Amino acid sequence: MKYLRLIVANLLRSKRRTFLTVFSIAIALFLFCTLRTVITSFEASLRASQATRLVVRHAASLVFPLPLAYRERLAQVPGVTGISYGNWFGGYYQDPKNQFAQFAMDVPTLLDLFPEVVLPTAQAEAFRSERTACIIGGALARKYGWKLGDQVPIIGTIFPGEWRFVVRGIYTGQTKDVDENTLFFHWDYLNESLPEGRRNFVGIYWLRIASPDLAASVSGRVDAIFENSPQPTKTETEKAFQAGFISMIGNVQLLLTIIGSAIVFAIMLVTINTMMMAARERTREIAVLKTLGFSDGLILRLVGGEALFLSLLGGALGCGLAALVFRESDFTAGGFFPNFRVLPETVLLGLLLAAIMGFLSGVAPAVQAARLEIASALRKVA
Amino acid sequence: MAIPLAYNLRNLSARKVSTVLTALGIGLVSWVFIFTLALAGGFQSALQATGSPTNAIVIRNGSTAELTSIVARDAAASIESQPEIARAPDGTPLATHELVVLWNLKRKNGTPANVVVRGVTAKSVALRPKIHLVEGRMFRPGLEEVVVGKLAQARIAHCALGDRIKLAGRQWSIVGVFDAQGTAFDSEIWGDVELFMPVFDRPVYQSVTLRLDEPSHFGALRKRLEADPRMSVQVKHEDEFYAAQSATLAALLRGLGLFVTLVMALGAIFGALNTMYAAVGSRTKEIGTLLALGFSRGSILTSFLIESVLLATLGGLLGSLMTLPVNGITTSTMNFASFSEIAFRFQVTPSMLLSGMIFAAVMGALGGFFPSRKAARRVIVEALREA
Amino acid sequence: MASENGTLIHLRDVHKVYYRDRIEVPVLQGINLDVHEGEFLALMGPSGSGKSTLLNLIAGIDAPTKGEVRVAGESLGTLKPSRLAAWRARHIGFIFQLYNLIPVLTAYQNVELPLLLTRLSSRERKKRVLFALGLVGLEGRAKHFPRQLSGGEEQRVAIARAIVADPTLLVADEPTGDLDAKNAAEILTLLKRLNEELKKTVLMVTHDPHAAERAHLIYHLDKGVLQS
Repeated sequence: MKYLRLIVANLLRSKRRTFLTVFSIAIALFLFCTLRTVITSFEASLRASQATRLVVRHAASLVFPLPLAYRERLAQVPGVTGISYGNWFGGYYQDPKNQFAQFAMDVPTLLDLFPEVVLPTAQAEAFRSERTACIIGGALARKYGWKLGDQVPIIGTIFPGEWRFVVRGIYTGQTKDVDENTLFFHWDYLNESLPEGRRNFVGIYWLRIASPDLAASVSGRVDAIFENSPQPTKTETEKAFQAGFISMIGNVQLLLTIIGSAIVFAIMLVTINTMMMAARERTREIAVLKTLGFSDGLILRLVGGEALFLSLLGGALGCGLAALVFRESDFTAGGFFPNFRVLPETVLLGLLLAAIMGFLSGVAPAVQAARLEIASALRKVA
Repeated sequence: MAIPLAYNLRNLSARKVSTVLTALGIGLVSWVFIFTLALAGGFQSALQATGSPTNAIVIRNGSTAELTSIVARDAAASIESQPEIARAPDGTPLATHELVVLWNLKRKNGTPANVVVRGVTAKSVALRPKIHLVEGRMFRPGLEEVVVGKLAQARIAHCALGDRIKLAGRQWSIVGVFDAQGTAFDSEIWGDVELFMPVFDRPVYQSVTLRLDEPSHFGALRKRLEADPRMSVQVKHEDEFYAAQSATLAALLRGLGLFVTLVMALGAIFGALNTMYAAVGSRTKEIGTLLALGFSRGSILTSFLIESVLLATLGGLLGSLMTLPVNGITTSTMNFASFSEIAFRFQVTPSMLLSGMIFAAVMGALGGFFPSRKAARRVIVEALREA
Repeated sequence: MASENGTLIHLRDVHKVYYRDRIEVPVLQGINLDVHEGEFLALMGPSGSGKSTLLNLIAGIDAPTKGEVRVAGESLGTLKPSRLAAWRARHIGFIFQLYNLIPVLTAYQNVELPLLLTRLSSRERKKRVLFALGLVGLEGRAKHFPRQLSGGEEQRVAIARAIVADPTLLVADEPTGDLDAKNAAEILTLLKRLNEELKKTVLMVTHDPHAAERAHLIYHLDKGVLQS
């Protein structure tokens, strides 16, 4: 601790340089947190998924629907304690760029199967009792300024035409990972509006099971029932379903990791340079400290500590800024990342990275300083 | 009177480590800049090149992608009998009706991907001149045979020539591989539409694509078809249709790239500032000498600025060179407009490299300006006195 | 501490050779020197005679090419770098021509530096720093930074730093070289007092005959050879 003052005094020597260095590190860590949050936002659906929920869909892909008649047979599978179903609506509001998720859901079972969708009782009742009613997430309501009682026109791409829904409820997520950018409306309303031949089809069934341990056996049993029917099913845990969806997005993770590493590496090079310049300018002072009896090891720690201190300061600034900015701004990148918020793990990882950066950028100048020959260093500058 | 460039070059080479570190730092920023441009550019051009300006595509009104479109058999027949359609050598109209489904297949690394499986007719290839077979032969109508695009073959498991792939409960032989020159078709699997319809249990087509006999006839065709209440379809230029699919994701990629590089550039400019301030600081005496020799303040400013820009451009050159190996690498993502897998190649163009270098030079100029001004404002006597 | 007969510094056949662009430059050639505890010794000689090098060898911040350097009971050639640093902290108080205060630290913090290497509590450190500053007459300047002090004051702070840890030996390399006559006289008086009142052994390099006069003993170094 007594040496901390020495480190701080040295950092205050050239305030401009310290400022520039701390801020370039802060910028690197800010970007790192941002890119990392892009990845974790993709994964928010994984964290929000529940271990006791299974997803049943057509084995080929989501494009193929399943008959409504499957409902009774699914409900009878041992271990299944609840069932809900719905269709991906795939519409947009005013312009195709205004994308958010809309689901036509079996309303009586929706709130039962999805406890993470939190809705005041009165609103839930109003939603249930009105055929053209819908509920929307809080974030969605804020984004478009929709209030209870508003008419929301949605243009269908899968189900053509303009559909009008009345907002009867605004839900909040039970945890921060729950997507608050979805619109739910009555599956019955959709079904009745379709031409005869397209009625009574379901995109996804959700099953609640008694315990997570039953997931494998229930999935296997369900898929076995329909294996040889014209519409075979694929059943998996909600988490596996979401993970499959994320992996379809492809190499985004790798690409972002590459970009993030390049950023951190670039700033690290710049920081190494700064630390070396700083140490070089102080050659004489380091020689004096050694004359006073400061050991090579202590000098190594002092110079290295300075780099570490600088990096951690920059890291804390950058990570803190990222956490703050994205919490305050309701940023969704045009609806692409419904839950864009910096996780505590990301901040910790960022600080760790800053520490590593500090360590690496401090090594060269610290070793240089520790190896300094006192007599020649004193002579050179005098 | 200008200070010779050799002075700057010698100074840069005198502090090698510092020069290399700063240049590399700036170079990496240029690298990220070009990398994201190449990513967005590759994605966009894959989709853009998929469509041809002389083709028109007909999908259901209100749909934004083929997948959500429906075109009934009788509607397709009536579309294909329109007078504005070009003729094949045999006199039949140059038009095709296609079935499009998404099928969940495994990538070679075991992760799932939604692959576009397209039922096509004999005219489908003729309508897309970019497509040609590179291996095997075309599928024979009525048989359980398919051909695959070369990027699908590269990324999806069991897609080699002679392999069998399971779709809709049947085994299909892969009899050919086609090259669609990096377009979206390269990620698809093609088979006989008339066989696909019963097998996939689809009574309708997803789209009709046709060649216009005269590009100027598009308006008339569109007007007539879109006005027909029995069809309820929309007619689009094929190239515009595919370009629109890439717009959102490409804009997002560009936006992200721009955001990242601009913020990062700030960090690199800070680094350049540090380096140049240190350079100015350690050369105080030299600056005093130059001033005493009669060099003007303007030439001192210019000289330091040139040194900084030189340093940054060196970095930009390094960064540009480092992006060259990325060029042509295939990656894939989900096309959010169609929820299907699309593979595409990074495209590093000369203009991107040039922008990267200019970007680096601007960073150098910004990072060098204040230190250079400081150097130019030195008072001779003080500068000479300082150690 | 010292050997039995009171010898603090014991040099035998010490040689030092520098290499300048691979050309051999002999600086010290067979130096023999014994200094007893409590002495005040001045080393004189023209520029380049090797007197600073000799001082550096005795202070343990440079190593001889050949020969034995024995100071305060330790043969310096046998010590590992870390032990040598600890030895310097314990036994040597170094006073430089150009003061060499750390510009970003206050006078107080500069003087405190050697004490950071000890296990003393901060209260104990404070007591000693203030005592040392009092000894050189600068109690009132504790919070000043070096650039806010005059040359004479800077050198007095440097002396306070040299004595604060109660070293065995004070070595001073041209302590008055950068000062005017009045300030130089004050510094020399201070060194003399330290020698007489605190019984510090003082070894001073100088080329100023007035400065050398204050010493008990004057040695001359010329072309790497010692003459008394």
